[in-house]
Amino acid sequence: MELKRVVVTGMGALTPIGNNISEYWEGLKHGKSGAAPITYFDTELFKTKFACEIKNFNANDYFDRKEVRRLDRFAQYALVSSDEAILDSGIDLNVVDKYRVGVIWGAGIGGLETFQNEVIDFAKGDGTPRFNPFFIPKMIADIAPGNISIKHGFMGPNYATVSACASSANAMIDALNYIRLGYSDIIVTGGSEAAVTKAGMGGFNSMHALSTKNDDPQKASRPFDANRDGFVLGEGGGALILEEYEHAKARGAKIYAEVIGGGMSSDAYHMTAPHPEGKGVVAVMKNCLHNSGLNPEDVDTINTHGTSTPLGDVAELKAIKQVFGEHAKTININSTKSMTGHLLGAAGAVEAIASILAMQHSLVPPTINHETADENIDSELNLTLNKPQERKIKVAMSNTFGFGGHNACVAFKSLDE
Amino acid sequence: MSDIASRVKAIIVDKLGVDENEVVTEASFTNDLGADSLDTVELIMEFEKEFDIQIPDDQAENISTVGQAISYIEEAKK
Repeated sequence: MELKRVVVTGMGALTPIGNNISEYWEGLKHGKSGAAPITYFDTELFKTKFACEIKNFNANDYFDRKEVRRLDRFAQYALVSSDEAILDSGIDLNVVDKYRVGVIWGAGIGGLETFQNEVIDFAKGDGTPRFNPFFIPKMIADIAPGNISIKHGFMGPNYATVSACASSANAMIDALNYIRLGYSDIIVTGGSEAAVTKAGMGGFNSMHALSTKNDDPQKASRPFDANRDGFVLGEGGGALILEEYEHAKARGAKIYAEVIGGGMSSDAYHMTAPHPEGKGVVAVMKNCLHNSGLNPEDVDTINTHGTSTPLGDVAELKAIKQVFGEHAKTININSTKSMTGHLLGAAGAVEAIASILAMQHSLVPPTINHETADENIDSELNLTLNKPQERKIKVAMSNTFGFGGHNACVAFKSLDE
Repeated sequence: MSDIASRVKAIIVDKLGVDENEVVTEASFTNDLGADSLDTVELIMEFEKEFDIQIPDDQAENISTVGQAISYIEEAKK
C-alpha cells in the first residue's frame, strides 16, 4: 500500500509571546521573552515566582459564561488555537465530510487547576465526597479533542496523546500516520497545557526542574548558556491542520509545508533525568530521518527541545553531533523555549509551528538570553544565539522529549522549489 | 419573591449562564434553560450547599423545574 502524502494547511497559536499566529511570529522574530511574575496566585511561599503566562486572555471573549465554567484553561486554549487553525485552513465546514476529519491532541497533564481546586475543596470538608459533576470531565486530558470535535462535528478518530512534554509531537506523528494510511483526510492536531497553578509550580519546583531566577524572569530561560538553572514554565496551545495532499490540492488550499516523517523512541533510563549521552535522543532523530526518507545532510534547522536545564541541553547537542557528524555545524539549531518558556504538552506543537513559520519567512528565530558559553558545548555549533538568522530552509526538524523518557521528532519540508 | 426563591434563582442564573428573566417558576432546567445531566446534578449540589440541606437522589429526580426546587427547599427549611 502506498502511503499518502500529508501537508499542513492551517495553524493556530495561543502562546506567552503572542495570542495568534501573526503575533507569535512577531514575538519569535524579535526575540521576545514571555516570562513575568505570576499573576494567577500569590507566590510568596513559592521558590519560583514567575512563569510564561498567556497575556491579555479573557475567556469571556471566546466563550459564554456557561462554557467558561465547563472548560479548564487547557481546554479553552485548545479550542481557541484550533479555531484559529481551522479558520486559517479555509476548510468549508458545510462541505467537508466530517466522518473523514479527526482530532488528535496532546496534553501532558490536562486540567491541573480543576484537579487541584476540587481536591482542595474536598480536603476542607468533613470527608463527604461532594465533588462537582464537572470535576472529571473538565480535568481529563482527552476532553480537549473531545470538545473540539463537539464544537465542529468532526466524527473521525478522536483521542489525546499523553507523553509529558512530547505529547503534542506524538499527536502530530499519529495524525501524520493516520492520514498516510488513509483513515482520515484531515486531522486537527496540536496540544495545549495550563499548568501554571500552585500544584504545577510547587510540583516542578520540588523536582528542582524550574529556574529560580526571580530577580530577572525575562533572562531566566537561557538554553545552552553556562549559567542556565532550569526551565521556565509556560502555558498555551498550538494547533495544526494536517491534510492529505491531494485533498488539500483539490480544494485549492494554501499549503505551509509537507510533514515528511516522525520518529519516536524511549530513553528507558530514568523517570525524569535525560540519558547523559542522549542515547534515546540519538535514536529518535535517526528514526525521524529514516521515516522521512532523509539523509542527515538534508536537514537545515533543528528546533531543539532545549529547555534550559543543565543536563538536558548538553545531552541533546551531543546527540545532534552524533547523528549529523560534521553537518551538525552547518545546521541552524535554536530553542523556542528561550522565549516562550516550556509549554509542556503543547511544546511540540508550538515549536513545530515556529519551525514552519521560520521556513515560510526564511528566518530562524533566535535562542535568546545567551551570555556565557558553556565549555561542555561545542562552540562550532550554530545555536542561533540572540539574533535571528536568515536562512533558506528546505527541511526543518523539531525535537521534544518528555519526563518518562519519551522522545519524539517531526520533520517538515518546504514545497516551494 | 421569597428569600429562598431569589437565592435559588441566583444560583440558576450563575450555573446555567441564563438571563434572570428566563428563570420563571414553570421553567424546566433541561427543556427551557439548556441544562444537561451534569448541570442538573451541579444545581442540586449547589442548593444543598446554599441551604445546608440534603437532597437524596430519589427526591432530586423530582426536581426538574425552578418552582419544584423552590417548593422543595421551602418545605425542607420549615
